Amino acid sequence: MKPRTKFLIGGAVILGVAAYLMATSIRQTGVYYLTPTELSTKIAADPSFYETGVKVGARVVPGSIVRDASGRSMTFSVTDGARVYPVTYRGLPPDTFTDGVDVVLEGRLAHDGTFRATTVLAKCASRYENAPEKYRSTPGYTAATAPSHS
Amino acid sequence: MILIGELSLWVALLMATWGTTVGFAGGFSRRAELIASAERASYATFGFLALAAVGLWTALLRSDFSFRYVASYTSANLPSIYKFTAFWAGQSGSLLLWAFILSGYSAIAVYTNRSRNRELMPYVTATLSAITLFFVMTLCFGSNPYERLDWIPPDGTGLNPQLQNPGMAIHPPNLYLGYIGTAIPFAFAIAALITRKLDAGWLSAVRRWTLISWFFNTTGIILGMWWAYVELGWGGYWAWDPVENASFLPWLVNTAFLHSIMVQEKRGMLRKWNVTLVVSAFLLAIFGTFITRSGVISSVHSFAQSSVGYWFLGFLVIAFAITVYLVSTRLHDLESKAELESLVSREASFLFNNLLLVGIAFAVLWGTLFPILSEAVTNNKITVGPPFFDKVNIPLGLTLLALTGIGPLIAWRRASLANLKRQFTAPVLAGITTGAALLAVGMRDVPALIAYTLCGFVTGTIVQEFWKGVGARRRMYKENPVTALLRLVARNRRRYGGYIVHVGIVILFAAFAGLAFKEEFDVTLKGGDTYEATDPYGNQWRFVSQGVSRYEELNRQTTAVLLDAYRNGKQVGVIKTEKRQYTDSRGVPTFQPATEVGIMEGVRQDVYVVLAGVTGEDTAEMRITFNPLVWWVWYGGMIMAVGGLIVMWPQAERRRAQAGYSTVLQPATHT
Repeated sequence: MKPRTKFLIGGAVILGVAAYLMATSIRQTGVYYLTPTELSTKIAADPSFYETGVKVGARVVPGSIVRDASGRSMTFSVTDGARVYPVTYRGLPPDTFTDGVDVVLEGRLAHDGTFRATTVLAKCASRYENAPEKYRSTPGYTAATAPSHS
Repeated sequence: MILIGELSLWVALLMATWGTTVGFAGGFSRRAELIASAERASYATFGFLALAAVGLWTALLRSDFSFRYVASYTSANLPSIYKFTAFWAGQSGSLLLWAFILSGYSAIAVYTNRSRNRELMPYVTATLSAITLFFVMTLCFGSNPYERLDWIPPDGTGLNPQLQNPGMAIHPPNLYLGYIGTAIPFAFAIAALITRKLDAGWLSAVRRWTLISWFFNTTGIILGMWWAYVELGWGGYWAWDPVENASFLPWLVNTAFLHSIMVQEKRGMLRKWNVTLVVSAFLLAIFGTFITRSGVISSVHSFAQSSVGYWFLGFLVIAFAITVYLVSTRLHDLESKAELESLVSREASFLFNNLLLVGIAFAVLWGTLFPILSEAVTNNKITVGPPFFDKVNIPLGLTLLALTGIGPLIAWRRASLANLKRQFTAPVLAGITTGAALLAVGMRDVPALIAYTLCGFVTGTIVQEFWKGVGARRRMYKENPVTALLRLVARNRRRYGGYIVHVGIVILFAAFAGLAFKEEFDVTLKGGDTYEATDPYGNQWRFVSQGVSRYEELNRQTTAVLLDAYRNGKQVGVIKTEKRQYTDSRGVPTFQPATEVGIMEGVRQDVYVVLAGVTGEDTAEMRITFNPLVWWVWYGGMIMAVGGLIVMWPQAERRRAQAGYSTVLQPATHT
């Protein structure tokens, strides 16, 4: 056998193993990424989606966050504008977690309709930036500009 | 100055357009005055972009809040250093930095090649001008850092606390220097393809630039890991997030190229492959920017997502189409000049190394894009997370690690059995000893055991290589061991610098494997309370809370907890962990409270304390983590960078040109 052929066989083995690993691990570790509406559609069509690990991308309903005094567990609601799900979470939320941010939850929907999150990833709604416009409504700005108006 | 900067941006737009047009025209018509004009335009573009950058810096440092960018990313009470680094805190500033660095690189490339590679240079200049033009267009029309507000806020809204960190201050420029470094090899590849001058000439010009790109890419990634570790507080440094993957892809491809280029230099093989790698590195860098800026893939990294992402997509499609056209019409010129002679040869090990690196890159790309691909095919968005990347990349990565040890031991062309026996005995013994020792002290984690055995083997290889090299010099030149070692490295920087990079890689793998033994504890402590825990090495730890204190600092209100840490009954340190509420110059809170992780660094492990919250007056809720060997990630990274610098150092190139590529000092591998 020519070395070139041998190499091609070796290469095919490596790529084959890589492809096999990729295919199997996607089957084992891949999870659905859904919006609350899509989740409720899936549940309606197939109740086995209860208690199945999924990811949900949604926005935290402002004012819904109730933190446990310890800071280690909390409840809040998420929505995509159409469907709302209550969420319970035990763990440390990221610093960027707050009212109105986009979050990606990992966890499962319990039969009582609550989403039990195991991971909460928050995207800073302000994208590492505060909108200067927001500043106009803050007390600091009002105080600073008040004398010039009078 | 600010106005000059703003105008300079527009002048740079004209200059880049001119450089592109005249460069290509000069190349095709071979008219010297056009080529000279294009090269001058490339210096001018650099000059004007430098002015544009200085203008933005001036606005930031003067806190001129009439500019949206300044008002969005700084506040009057921000320390000056962070006003300076806020330059790249947002999208348009980052783009300006890109364009500025790119034009600087271009100017250097044009200058250093003023009397070399003359047939290629018109096209190199024109291609680089075209890329610069794209960035400047995006700046002028898509995302202008000089955009003004129609009102002037009394203060800016401050820099996100997560970005107020020294690591974050220098991580983006490093990564950009790495990303943009791929543009020069790309331009040379395009020029070589257009002119069909596809011999080794363009490759030597490209190798240095790939190294520069690789060097900054490496340091950028390590700094990013360090930032995530000390700032984000989730206890790790790598999460296979799309943005992280985007920075890893060009690194993998550059690394593959730096190995496969040796095969082309030595044996004239892999010519198509090398062109493909050079081009892919650049396209992946642009692709990375596209996915992070467009929001097509949801990432925890919250960059500004805007139409600018689609500018990049358009650019990517055009660049890709041109490249595919050029490569496919020039396949004939890229025929290999030699055949593989044996599977047991240095070049074969490089081929496998390349397959693995590119395989890993493909797996990472696949996992990153899987949500989009699955949605397109099945209408269901399916995401894969760290388990996917771990499952695929750990076996591939460990095989690659094994090759790191095998490659240097095998001769070029064809290795003899005697050669193999002589070369492999010591390293294999080193590996087995390492594995057996760890098994004996009670390590039972199989992937970690494999990893450490391989680390031992690779270390054996590297030590043996240095040992033989030093021995040869001592015999030949009668030098003392230290002189021999220093000269060995200095005279063969490419080879031994490369081995030093491998040392860094071994250390990184060892550190990654250490995370398998991480231990985590959730702790509630009142002032004076004690918590006891056992670390992965079996040491008894005792943490005593000194209670909660609250105070004001510079631009923030801080809530801090101090823990006295005792190991096996002896006090080893005090750990401070904080929650910070940043405020603007009027004391108005900006952003959410930020966590400041308390880390007690150590050679064996870090003790990592996150303050989750404070209840009542004096009760702190914390998470204490023992993170084994994390310290080594940073030092492994530093060693890689040092190795990279040694390889890059210019003198090596001249010496080699005079002496021929290290003929004397490789007796063992060149038999």
